[in-house]
Amino acid sequence: MNPVAARSVDFSDVQGLVRFGYVHLTEGCYYLLRVSDAARARSWLRGAPVADAVERKPSPSEAMQIAFTATGLLALGVPPDVVAAFSAEFVGGMSGDESRSRRLGDVGANAPANWRWGGAGAVPHLTVMLFAQPGGLAALEARCTAEWAGAFEILGRLDTSNLGGVEQFGFTDGVSQPALDWNRQRDPAGDQLGYSNVVALGEFLLGYPNEYGKYTERPLLDDTAAAAELAPAEDVPAKRDLGCNGTYVVLRQLRQDVRGFWQFAARHSGGDATQAVTLAANFVGRTQDGAPLVAGGATTIPGIGPKPADIALNGFTFDDDPDGVRCPKGAHVRRSNPRNADLPRPPANVLAQLIATLGLGPHRFGEDLTSSTRFHRLLRRGREYGPGLPAVDALQPAPPDDAERGLQFVCVGANIGRQFEFLQNAWLMSTKFDGLSGESDPLMGNRQPIPGCPVAAGFSMPREGTVQRRFDDLPQFVTVLGGAYFFMPGLRALRYIAGASV
Amino acid sequence: MILARLDASRMAECRRTLASMNGLPGTANPRNALLPFAQFERLHFARLLVIDDQTLDDVTLYGLPRREEPVYLALLGDVDGDVPTFLRDLAQRAESGLRTIFSYCAGFSAAEDLLGWMSAHEVSARTNYTNWVGRTVGNVREEAALADAILEYLQRTPSLAQSPARDVHTAVRAFVAEELRAGRLTLTPPAPTPLSWWLRNVVNLIGVPLLLLLFAIPLAIVALAALVRIRSLERTDPELCPRVGAERVALLSVLEDHDVMNPFSAIGSLKPGIVRLATAAFVLWLVDYTTRHIYNRGRLARVHTIHFARWVLLDQGRRLLFCSNYDGSLDSYMDDFINKVAFGLNLVFSNGIGYPATQWLVAGGAKDEQKFKNFLRRHQLPTDVWYNANPGLTAVDLERNGRIRDGLQAELDESGARAWVALL
Repeated sequence: MNPVAARSVDFSDVQGLVRFGYVHLTEGCYYLLRVSDAARARSWLRGAPVADAVERKPSPSEAMQIAFTATGLLALGVPPDVVAAFSAEFVGGMSGDESRSRRLGDVGANAPANWRWGGAGAVPHLTVMLFAQPGGLAALEARCTAEWAGAFEILGRLDTSNLGGVEQFGFTDGVSQPALDWNRQRDPAGDQLGYSNVVALGEFLLGYPNEYGKYTERPLLDDTAAAAELAPAEDVPAKRDLGCNGTYVVLRQLRQDVRGFWQFAARHSGGDATQAVTLAANFVGRTQDGAPLVAGGATTIPGIGPKPADIALNGFTFDDDPDGVRCPKGAHVRRSNPRNADLPRPPANVLAQLIATLGLGPHRFGEDLTSSTRFHRLLRRGREYGPGLPAVDALQPAPPDDAERGLQFVCVGANIGRQFEFLQNAWLMSTKFDGLSGESDPLMGNRQPIPGCPVAAGFSMPREGTVQRRFDDLPQFVTVLGGAYFFMPGLRALRYIAGASV
Repeated sequence: MILARLDASRMAECRRTLASMNGLPGTANPRNALLPFAQFERLHFARLLVIDDQTLDDVTLYGLPRREEPVYLALLGDVDGDVPTFLRDLAQRAESGLRTIFSYCAGFSAAEDLLGWMSAHEVSARTNYTNWVGRTVGNVREEAALADAILEYLQRTPSLAQSPARDVHTAVRAFVAEELRAGRLTLTPPAPTPLSWWLRNVVNLIGVPLLLLLFAIPLAIVALAALVRIRSLERTDPELCPRVGAERVALLSVLEDHDVMNPFSAIGSLKPGIVRLATAAFVLWLVDYTTRHIYNRGRLARVHTIHFARWVLLDQGRRLLFCSNYDGSLDSYMDDFINKVAFGLNLVFSNGIGYPATQWLVAGGAKDEQKFKNFLRRHQLPTDVWYNANPGLTAVDLERNGRIRDGLQAELDESGARAWVALL
């Protein structure tokens, strides 16, 4: 790809969530809607004040984002052959078939049959995400629900709460995020020999080249009147790109058993609070304030810094901790992002690179088992829900009216299969990640046994020079309560959808 | 591999019979009545599948008429030791079930001599890959039991929890020695390599490079000419990698991910012309050399997840069948293909019709991620019955267990003991 010829991104066509977390808009909720009157729904959508990704001063006091499921697009009258040209995961839906559920670990307590929403008969058509400054959400909600009355039926409203950047288990949230190559300077061709936090724009927005230098599949329409407003596809200029500046959103409601989490840590620490905190940090792979368990501070990783705090928190890889002595291989942040590159070790020269590519070089056991990170990044935009519960209080037994708490998990990406599903399947739920055995993600794991592996509830903490510490009785801390795959269109595509005729 | 034409009119019936052997979709009940795989202690993996190629129309891309290739029934097994003995064993101990299974094959009569018929229908692979040559099913099981016993011993011996690695090693050695004495563990010494196998291997080891050297000059000329020809073909060869329909994907994926590993089976037609066939055959021959002598210790190039794989040319070289047993789900398998060994995949499969465009046989191809994934799914066949003697154990698990065992053979120095203890 020639970066000179690449068109620059039209931020006014991108929904803001791709670029911003809207952290200053501390109030938020996600409406899950079903279309009850398609004509009125389209009419409301045409006028909906959806926030774009243009940077504004002062920053806006509220924001609305809209994304559709495949059934939602059909309900709004988008032609079936157009919908079918979106990715197979999106068209099939998160809970669409048991094989997908099995891959995602949505079995046992996590099975869609037990979900509050998103399972059979309860798949939303769209989500409207509302964000507002403190005190502003109620008015925004009242306005929206009044406006769309008759157009939609409210399937659910997912609340969020602002815990000051800390997730429910008590750890700083959202510390590491990929840096999007908004200026389209990245050339991902060839082997990437070092970990980079900069990721090709096409990994997060449709219509641009991804980390393979290719355009991800999406609906390309004939140049008809209905599609006239859509941007021409960069790779197929004769076609109109419905995906351009749009992306997919994965939304999952995850209940967190905060009491179970801290009580487990306390039980295995002989009641020593400091040890319990250390154990919990090993599950996560960071301390509660976000500091990595391996030494940070590396300044040479592209896309990290220049802020000292970012370098301190994210300037690290696991290269110097191959056995997981400092940060267990199974720790949540290490599973979610192994921070590796395309080859196991940066080769010194072309010959060494060739030898490494052929798998002929010196090899240590357990090396080169995980996939290259750059093809599997997530841009997370989730928010907590329910009241916070400090670790100390979590040690107390739950009162009868204990509030529910958890995460409204949101991630944005252009390829659900290669990003969210791969991460969920091969890295988080896998009991065999990176040579481990009998353990899934310490936070997210469903602990379901699989043939030949009766124990899936383990966790191992290697120790320098002696036997690793091993647990084999982790309870399930996180339960999936609902979920769906959405397409978050660019604003021109949104107008196409809103103008779609039945 | 036993391969026989299926009586096409009885395909559905055959598939129903095959499905009756399963406990989970696509996964054999190891003690099923027709072919109780678990009885065969030399068998690592086995599969039965109907080879019903959905891509026979692909040749029309080259202006050739569609050719009605046979629908086959295939029985594949990965076994320790020699195949004739295994087949004899199979025919003896599962005769009636095998007769039922093969009764769907054209020309198989009740009066057939089963062993003779199977031997006559045996097809050998152009290329075989074995993750760890010489590791038997017995080794796998004994070493897994060893690793489990050691873990359990460590769990109930908290005094060792903080001990220096050498002390741990000494204590575990003593524990294992006692378990062996008491007969609670067994570690069968490796069987001597059969002389004939060893001889064949040495002849191959020396013979192939010798042959290449001997004909280096004519070979180089032919290879160069072929490469130039292929480069020109690459510019015009059509791609055929549309997304596979949801129904077909559902039919395939319902069979997957019931264990930590999966079978993969796929078939496709080679591009027409002698150059492509010769290239495929030559590359497969070379790959077979590397899997015999180089990639026989835990990884195929950089891929650690394949237990066994084979490439078989069918129908006078018109079609290629690929079958493997791999760890993880199909998406991570394809990820390895694309990001770790795209060049290798390209060398072989770019000779197949519709493969994403390559340059000089190695570049491009699988690197076109979505097209490649579509291509693979499109050519994938449902593996009707799959048997895995050791569910739940990845190739890395097997290597780790083997290393644990090896480390018990002798005293270790400090660094050796540390590395060994890190395996536990």
